[in-house]
Amino acid sequence: MQYENSYPVKGGDFKEAGKVAVLVKMALKKMGVAPEILRRAAIAAYESEVNIISYARMGTIRLQVRDDHIRIDVEDEGPGIEDIELAMRPGYSTATELIRELGFGAGMGLVNIKSCSDEFEITSEVNQGTKLRILFRIPETG
Amino acid sequence: MNLASVVKALNLRVACGGEYLERTVKGGYAGDLLSDVLANSGESDLWITRQTHQNIVAVASLKDHAGILLVQGKEPDGDTLEKAVKEGIPILVTDLPTFEIAGRLYGLLRG
Repeated sequence: MQYENSYPVKGGDFKEAGKVAVLVKMALKKMGVAPEILRRAAIAAYESEVNIISYARMGTIRLQVRDDHIRIDVEDEGPGIEDIELAMRPGYSTATELIRELGFGAGMGLVNIKSCSDEFEITSEVNQGTKLRILFRIPETG
Repeated sequence: MNLASVVKALNLRVACGGEYLERTVKGGYAGDLLSDVLANSGESDLWITRQTHQNIVAVASLKDHAGILLVQGKEPDGDTLEKAVKEGIPILVTDLPTFEIAGRLYGLLRG
């Protein structure tokens, strides 16, 4: 199994939120990825996508599938995160009132990504952007 | 139990997706925070919410919900309806508030 695709995400484009996540889910489903892993990968893709839309100017979500793992790399151009530890705290959010009214910005995005993935790395540079590396292991079948 | 039986028993209005009412409802989840619903709801849940904007469709689609149930007589936005039709997500409406409809759904499915 070998698959790679890259999806651009535009900051501020709330109308399209979830589009990339649905595409990621469809691609994984087509490849026969187990539903349990597929659902976790879809959650991570969705939260990453919403983060770019909510906070960054633009970004990319890259999907890479191999026999033994799925990797999602997220990279954005945006304000970055000053205090990653704080940003990882459940409930902490810098979302605007408008974002919250839509039901986003609950301070659960990064936490959700971390808890649904098998490996999670976040790096960020203020005034440049944020990078996420998210990994899901595919157990050997049989 | 399928959606059609739930619609009938709880007197719900079908805003769209009438052709998918044979879908099984395994449980329910009530929430207006999308991250919460995404993290904690389950497959084939009927999702009870007061959010009416189009982003609810992607969440329901990603989580393989049986459908979305809007409370307090709230109508889905136009583009929500459009997306739901495209992605095959039934949207139902009740005049009751979340507490009451969640209680009735629970009674119906687990009672």
